Amino acid sequence: MGIAMTSSAVSCRDVGKTWAAGSPRAHEALRGVDLDVAPGEFVCLLGPSGCGKSTLLYLIAGLEKLTSGAILAHGQTVNGPAPERSLIFQEAALLPWLSVWQNVTFGLSLHGVSTEERRQVAREVLARAGLSEAFDKRPDELSGGMRQRVSVARAMAMRPRVLLMDEPFAALDVQTRAKMQGFLLDVWHATGASVMFVTHHIDEAVALADRVAVFTARPGRIKAVIDVDLPRPRDVEAPEAMALRRELTGLLRDEVDRAFAEQEALTSAN
Amino acid sequence: MGTTATASPRAGRTNAPKHAPSRMFRLWAAILGALPKLFWTCLSIAFFAGIWEFLWYIGWADPRLLPPPHIFLGNFAEQAQFFNTAERWTIGVDASAGPSPTMAVLLTIMATILRVLAGLLLATVASLMLGIAIRYWAPVEKLVLPTVTLLAPVSPVAWLPVAIFLFGIGNKPAVFMVFVALFFTMVLATISQIDSVNRNYINVGRIMGATRRQIFLRVILPAILPGLLVVLRLNLFGAWMVVLIAEATGVGYGLGQVIMMARNTFNPGLVFFTIVIIGVIGSVFDFTLRAVQARVLYWVPKGQASMGGG
Ligand SMILES: Nc1ncnc2c1ncn2[C@@H]1O[C@H](COP(=O)(O)OP(=O)(O)OP(=O)(O)O)[C@@H](O)[C@H]1O
Ligand SMILES: [Mg+2]
Repeated sequence: MGIAMTSSAVSCRDVGKTWAAGSPRAHEALRGVDLDVAPGEFVCLLGPSGCGKSTLLYLIAGLEKLTSGAILAHGQTVNGPAPERSLIFQEAALLPWLSVWQNVTFGLSLHGVSTEERRQVAREVLARAGLSEAFDKRPDELSGGMRQRVSVARAMAMRPRVLLMDEPFAALDVQTRAKMQGFLLDVWHATGASVMFVTHHIDEAVALADRVAVFTARPGRIKAVIDVDLPRPRDVEAPEAMALRRELTGLLRDEVDRAFAEQEALTSAN
Repeated sequence: MGTTATASPRAGRTNAPKHAPSRMFRLWAAILGALPKLFWTCLSIAFFAGIWEFLWYIGWADPRLLPPPHIFLGNFAEQAQFFNTAERWTIGVDASAGPSPTMAVLLTIMATILRVLAGLLLATVASLMLGIAIRYWAPVEKLVLPTVTLLAPVSPVAWLPVAIFLFGIGNKPAVFMVFVALFFTMVLATISQIDSVNRNYINVGRIMGATRRQIFLRVILPAILPGLLVVLRLNLFGAWMVVLIAEATGVGYGLGQVIMMARNTFNPGLVFFTIVIIGVIGSVFDFTLRAVQARVLYWVPKGQASMGGG
């Protein structure tokens, strides 16, 4: 047990989170979440809207405090943000006053890395993201997909061991999303980082994940963890993939129904 | 501090020669784009001046009460003798020994402008620091914010007696008036700007390992700058108003003092002459701030800068 704990990249032990705990507006988002992510593993989080997936990523990133339980990253208790655990948001959240290369190396600049070295890192990372052309551009001169690639590049520049991604491709069209998934898998192979990836798309989970964790409606608990034993590169039209998709759809449907029922009850009560 | 974050990207881009032609092109486009506006400005002024002159011509506008532009602008030396009087009308000094008429007018204008700038600078720095202190330390917020909120809607003119009690006459009360006109509003604006900074910008900083200080200097400050400049611009007119009032109460010399003297000596020509000067300077100020905005805040999309107020 002890060995298993230290060897996990991320280890959630009975994690609970209540927003505004102790106040009348207290709101339980997560309850008793147990989840282990092995080093280099790709885990997708799937669940109805509002079940606490983003909350879990924020807790692992160290941006918010948990109410109960514990989170370990590579055996160390998480009690604040760290560059080795990078979080990528649904919106790219690039700083609009910095050029692309400065955004990519923003983290390095905070730690006093020289301009020459930063430009070098930016060149490498942007080349890998297929964005060498955008080096000197400003974020508002880029398309949505390019911006999201810059934000992935920005995370990579810090060489994180854990990449937390909160619906990073949700705002993109189908073709761009497919390209971005390929890009992400390349990054993942090349860096050997562990990835926790929130998505609403069952197809995306089947295409990317080693394992898929399905959440219940709020308060979020883990309902099931499904292994995706499909060879890579994946054929999402293969019968096994179809079967898996059906299984996940079934698991999710009940929870989405429950989440909607609850929300309807809430709105009619108000 | 803000400039360290903003200056470097521009330096980075000027290094790339391929941007040079597009920049020249943009400059020309801006100049050409401004021409129609300039044309309409001139036409608008000429239109109303024309009506005025016409009314004078047909004898409806009494030149002793409403002298038309060609009269009050026509005799510059006549008007200029009332400027900078404190220096030139001192007992024992020959009135003609003072600065030339043009210099006298310029000295008066400069005196007023410097008071506005001094008040502007003090108010900006102080309100930025207090706004930040309020957002960073809860006890400061609890102790200070209610009073600031209470005082913000008070018309700056109401502070005039206080300015005189505290500072008597001279530069200080005028600067104080400008300061008061800007300070409270800008504290509240700073706070609301800080609150509206995209949470994820701050989260990005935290994830990358930024200290609180770095988050402030590298994330929050550049993010709130556009909104603060807008607030500054909106309040600049108020600052101009109060500086004239403060000067009218006997600061020595300044545009407000000239207007007050014109009133007391029943000299409408001088009043209109000064109004023209004030109008021109006010527009130049606004234009300059806009230019600063466009240069410092090159990343803010056009149009957004003017909408995102406090
Ligand atoms: N900062 C916050 N303060 C208070 N409550 C919050 C906060 N963030 C989220 N919540 C609440 O916690 C619950 C979980 O939110 P969360 O954003 O984690 O859901 P999610 O699973 O990511 O949903 P979605 O799929 O729609 O993004 C929601 O009911 C939400 O209202
Ligand atoms: Mg979410």
